[in-house]
Amino acid sequence: MKIIVNAKPHEVSASDLQSALRELGFACSSVATALNGTFVARGQRAEVQLAEGDQLEVLAPMQGG
Amino acid sequence: MEFYGTEITSRLLLGTAQYPSPAVLAEAAKSSGTEIITVSLRRETADGSGTAFWQELQKTGCRILPNTAGCHSVQEAVTTARMARELFDTPWIKLEVIGHSDTLQPDVFGLVEAARILSSEGFQVFPYTTDDLVVGEKLLEAGCEVLMPWGAPIGSGQGLRNPDALRAMRGHFPGVPLIVDAGIGRPSDAAQAMELGMDAVLLNTAVAKAGDPAGMARAMALAVEAGRAGFAADPMERRDMAVPSTPVLGMAEFA
Repeated sequence: MKIIVNAKPHEVSASDLQSALRELGFACSSVATALNGTFVARGQRAEVQLAEGDQLEVLAPMQGG
Repeated sequence: MEFYGTEITSRLLLGTAQYPSPAVLAEAAKSSGTEIITVSLRRETADGSGTAFWQELQKTGCRILPNTAGCHSVQEAVTTARMARELFDTPWIKLEVIGHSDTLQPDVFGLVEAARILSSEGFQVFPYTTDDLVVGEKLLEAGCEVLMPWGAPIGSGQGLRNPDALRAMRGHFPGVPLIVDAGIGRPSDAAQAMELGMDAVLLNTAVAKAGDPAGMARAMALAVEAGRAGFAADPMERRDMAVPSTPVLGMAEFA
């Protein structure tokens, strides 16, 4: 299915968020996730099912003021 | 000095953006003596650059104050804060809800609303606000125990645009930690903020964009310390006219 990851379309075969992150190459990263604008905690990722067109944000630590 | 029950010694908080390299940032953080550094959250790239940056930050040994920089709505700021809490494992959040992209002025209405939501969820909110006293009161009512008034627009380096308003804040909120956040350009600006009785100063661009960031970080640390010592020593009142400091009594007459 096609989902939007950090504003770019991606094709994923995984159906849950945890597996999708692994598939997208974020397996060992320090990242936080939000799906369709709502924060998804690390512990909930395996239970969250993805749907066609979902918008996923994968954020990481960055320089800031 | 305490922020939400955490004892802090250094009154200088440092941002981590815009340095020429991670090594320069680390050197500046060290020479500033800061205990608190600010960070943000941005989209992770496939090469894991954010993860690498995070490992560098942890080496500094500083406490992390994540921000919600760039958020223009309550929903964006609240979601970013929740993500930051998980990522950095801290209840601290530097809450920014920006009202204008050109001035980066806080949207104080959204700020108060977001502060209320986050405080109720157990966050310890450091709100980036204006020097407005009523907004300050609303933020305290919302659960904030620290206020961070701006000195001048973010990244402008203009110094304190309205020192009288900051003095009024100090008088109005005697027991609340006040951190001047944004607008500091030179060490004298930082010293002035501290002389007004601010508890601390948060700056970034002034150090990151200096020709010698580590040198400027040290200068800022000295200025903050000098300003604080000056405030504690109770400065004299200004006078309109000259008053001789050398005694007039006992002057010789030569004419």
